[in-house]
Amino acid sequence: MGGIPHDHYEPKSDGEKWLHGRLPIVDLLYTTIMAPTPKNLNWMWIWGIVLTFTLFLQIITGVVLVMHYTPHVDMAFASVEHIMRNVNGGHMIRYFHMNGASLFFVAVYAHIFRGLYYGSYKAPREVTWIIGMLIFLLMMGTAFMGYVLPWGQMSFHGTAVITGLFGAIPFIGEALQTWLLGASAVGQPALNRFFSLHYLLPFVITGLVMLHIWAFHTTGNNNPTGVEVRRTSKADAEKDTLPFWPYFVIKDLFALAIILAVFVAVVGFMPNYLGHPDNYIEANPLATPAHIVPEWYFLPFYAVLRAFDNTVWVVIIAEWISFGIIDAKFFGVLAMFGSIAVMALAPWLDTSSVRSGRYRPMFKWWFGILVVDFIVLMWVGAMPAEGIYPIIALIASTYWFAYFLVILPLLGVIEKPLTPPATIEDDFNAHYGTASASGDPVAAPAE
Amino acid sequence: MFRNLTLTAAVALGFATGAAHAAGDAEVHDFDFSFEGPFGSYDTNQLQRGLQVYTEICSACHGMKFVAFRTLADEGGPMLPDDQMRAYAEFYEVWDPMLFDGEGDFRPATPADHFPESSLSNAPDLSLMAKARAGFHGPYGLGINQFMKGMGGPEYITSLLTGYVDEPQCALDMEVPMDGYYNVAFAAGGYPEECKYENGDHKYPGSWIAMAPPLWGDDVVYEDGHSTDIEEIAMDVSAFLMWTAEPKMMARKQAGLTGVIFLTVLSVLLYLTNKRLWAPHKAAAKRKD
Repeated sequence: MGGIPHDHYEPKSDGEKWLHGRLPIVDLLYTTIMAPTPKNLNWMWIWGIVLTFTLFLQIITGVVLVMHYTPHVDMAFASVEHIMRNVNGGHMIRYFHMNGASLFFVAVYAHIFRGLYYGSYKAPREVTWIIGMLIFLLMMGTAFMGYVLPWGQMSFHGTAVITGLFGAIPFIGEALQTWLLGASAVGQPALNRFFSLHYLLPFVITGLVMLHIWAFHTTGNNNPTGVEVRRTSKADAEKDTLPFWPYFVIKDLFALAIILAVFVAVVGFMPNYLGHPDNYIEANPLATPAHIVPEWYFLPFYAVLRAFDNTVWVVIIAEWISFGIIDAKFFGVLAMFGSIAVMALAPWLDTSSVRSGRYRPMFKWWFGILVVDFIVLMWVGAMPAEGIYPIIALIASTYWFAYFLVILPLLGVIEKPLTPPATIEDDFNAHYGTASASGDPVAAPAE
Repeated sequence: MFRNLTLTAAVALGFATGAAHAAGDAEVHDFDFSFEGPFGSYDTNQLQRGLQVYTEICSACHGMKFVAFRTLADEGGPMLPDDQMRAYAEFYEVWDPMLFDGEGDFRPATPADHFPESSLSNAPDLSLMAKARAGFHGPYGLGINQFMKGMGGPEYITSLLTGYVDEPQCALDMEVPMDGYYNVAFAAGGYPEECKYENGDHKYPGSWIAMAPPLWGDDVVYEDGHSTDIEEIAMDVSAFLMWTAEPKMMARKQAGLTGVIFLTVLSVLLYLTNKRLWAPHKAAAKRKD
């Protein structure tokens, strides 16, 4: 696609020519499905298919759930129980949808960290990266609003906490929070609008996913070497690539089938593993759960939010400089959104001339620490904010920012990268040549 | 009421064991239920005994507003014969606003009606209790033991029902005695300052609960001659409450098993397809290297 020379669709029959002259949709589908794809893609390039599948899974199960759900504070909880008890297959549909959110985030985090390691965000793929970050933000918004709908204890009090974050914004915060909730507190207006938006946003995500695919089909896929496909001629390009169908579709479906086997095992055998028992208690504004903990996929960012309390010197300085406008609460909110913003800015923060982390000896270590850091943040986000945990959260949050704002820019200057192979073909041949020689003919390129 | 979550939060993402948080919070013990694990299934006889315990004891104060009488005859549940289920429903009276020329009147319940709501304002509805409480198995722990053991809700209920013990001396010494009853499995209730260490930690597990001890042993007479030890009765009613919380568990596990087998076979087929598809290109790579 885009700059990569490839075969084009040729309408043959009269019918095809008739349609092609009016709407070249077959051409579009052909070009998309047959996209020349670097043949050295490894198993970390399967998450896109998993994510696309999960998006459709969520939309289809969600549409069916809506047929039986009632967005009313007095009936929402009971209507979910109605789905679980009376609707044919309702318990499976609802558990698929509930755990589908977790599958979505497992896949998106793998997808994002894949991009961070192999430099998929770097020129010319910045727009793909930015669209991806927008999708990620919308996913978080959609997941959060979906969690409100069962109207359990965690739904209710989680909403109060999260919308309270907006209340921390100086001057306009309180008005903004009221505007978001449609009232001064969580209630019927909030439930209704979250229901509406929870149905709408997945279709916005679908649109952005199309743009995401369009963007990386224009630049071509990145690959584990970070070396671009040769565009000098169609013959050269074909040495580096294979068409998406059937080579990568079958490969991705194989990976998807394994992932779904695990997913179905979770849904079938422990569907509430990742949930909170409190959400099986109907929302009660008068009884606040002792520990309001977000779903696991929000925990890393929740940890960043809580890390910057008023004992941290940067917070104290910020408060002093801004004459108290940026208090600890607002600082935490800024830090949380900032932790995603710095990730979105990675294309401009990374100064290295080499794209793939595979050829960056120092980067590998810092990236490895970032992965551990993310897991530590997820863990500490579930801990009570007392004892040693706030200190761990602060150190981990600091590293997150340091990675993007200090380490990425500096590494490009001080690191001596290795020389990547000249072509993707060389990488592919080197891998399978040696792999075959060592008696391991089936291994795919893996890091 | 929600303090019991401190124990689950305390083990959040940790590889928790039962002993790790016994002191100070609550003692929830492991009990082996027939429905644990991917292949576990409800014991119909046990569910019927649990229904009896619920009916004769719990229902005096507690309700189950999400459970319809008809489901007592469902496959994968207590599976009461149809006539018994109908007779059981008629045993309850429900308010029907359509009767008596629209003024409403009581009538015997039909299979379509639900169990009544709690008759006591501070007695929680029991429909979902077994899913709304976590025992020591999770829910946040990475412990894969949840796969084999469940969330521990029924364990929590059994531990609570058998967790009434004499009040510790520190509470007996108080001038104004504590309200309620001391229970080692209940972490969400009141706790006197006299029984805390200086740092605020509790000297003894559990707390004071409003519910009087409901079971003493031999509270019911089982027709099938099953033991009526307090622990057996508590386990029976806990199993029954697991069913009321998750009435489709058997169908769900069946679907899960079918899905896993199907997807495993599909994975193998796709693996072989993929291998064959790529073989010529990998062979070419080997020649060139």
